[in-house]
Amino acid sequence: MDPNSPMFIFLNAFLINNFVLAMFLGLCPFLGVSGKIKTAANMGAAVTFVMLVSSMCAFGLNIVLAKYNLGFLRLISYIAVIASAVQLVEMTVKRFSPALFRALGIFLPLITTNCAILGLALFQTAREYTFLQSIAFALGAGAGFTLALLLMAGLREKLELADVPDICRDAAMSLMIAGMLSLVFMGFAGLGG
Amino acid sequence: MSEEREALTMDTFTQGLWKDNPVFVMMLGLCPALAVTNTAANALAMGLATTFVLICSGLLVSLLRKVIPKQVRIASYIIIIATFVTMADYGIKAISLDLYKALGAFIQLIVVNCIILGRAEAYASKNTPLRAVVNGTGMGLGFTIALLSMGIIREVLGSGTLFGAQVMPDRFQPWSIFVLPPGGFFVLAGWLMLFSWLRQRNTKQEVA
Repeated sequence: MDPNSPMFIFLNAFLINNFVLAMFLGLCPFLGVSGKIKTAANMGAAVTFVMLVSSMCAFGLNIVLAKYNLGFLRLISYIAVIASAVQLVEMTVKRFSPALFRALGIFLPLITTNCAILGLALFQTAREYTFLQSIAFALGAGAGFTLALLLMAGLREKLELADVPDICRDAAMSLMIAGMLSLVFMGFAGLGG
Repeated sequence: MSEEREALTMDTFTQGLWKDNPVFVMMLGLCPALAVTNTAANALAMGLATTFVLICSGLLVSLLRKVIPKQVRIASYIIIIATFVTMADYGIKAISLDLYKALGAFIQLIVVNCIILGRAEAYASKNTPLRAVVNGTGMGLGFTIALLSMGIIREVLGSGTLFGAQVMPDRFQPWSIFVLPPGGFFVLAGWLMLFSWLRQRNTKQEVA
């Protein structure tokens, strides 16, 4: 497959170089909100939306910054864009689903400091993606994040009933599972061809 | 503020080193802790860069704590942090291009490291500049130690080297899984298990 085609970029971000399990981006919400499948799905959707918006904004911003040779302002302006996008999502969720707003809790405003989103914007700039490629990248990364979150939530729901040795409860157990998932995802590496 | 009258104690510094270690105890800043610890040198560089940002942003936030209005404080902190991260980014690029390439986007991602924003919000904005700097140094060193303790294990087991020098005998077959992503998760899980085992043993001894 052509490595520059949007389809390949999507698959790459979705499975082969999964943002959470292969690149370690967005671990805080991954470990924090993966307790229940439903919350995980909603969180995934919110993050995907923010990714899409900030990816498009970052693409536009980068053209402006490159034109006036303002590369050193890139980080600051990206963060500002992401913070506004998160604010937008927060207001929307609060307005349409107060229950979901409570379930996501502190992790909703914390999407701003989710490194997956800033990472996405920085990677697409570094790799000089076109607009279409950027959108494919954002969708793939969002889908990959949601998939990882859902898998993790499913496993943890089952694990609540299991008898785990005392010393590896909570965080240590979650990390072991994440490690195994990450091992599984390495199997997709062959897809790139 | 009554807090400011408290004496500057050793605890201000050591808090971040052990009791509230950002990675092992508070579980903050996991992304860089897992992503760039595949060699000890990368881990050290990342830890020092984060410490630099932590100290500088702590100082500035603390100096400006009476000027910044409450409503826009988070946005102001982020801008302050982003400024110092940009400086660290250009600094590392000037010092060593190889290191810059190895760390990649993760230097710029220090901006979204929750430890720094967390310290700015929870500590620097409420304390005097001196205390903020001392506490920031402690936290930064704690983070560096955590990163190093992961980086050393991963490099020794995964490539048989330490800071690039061969440490394992020639017959040692490197467990390359440790330098790959899953190894990061496993090593951190191992450390956490060790700590909770130690904690449990201590409480049992107290009861007995």
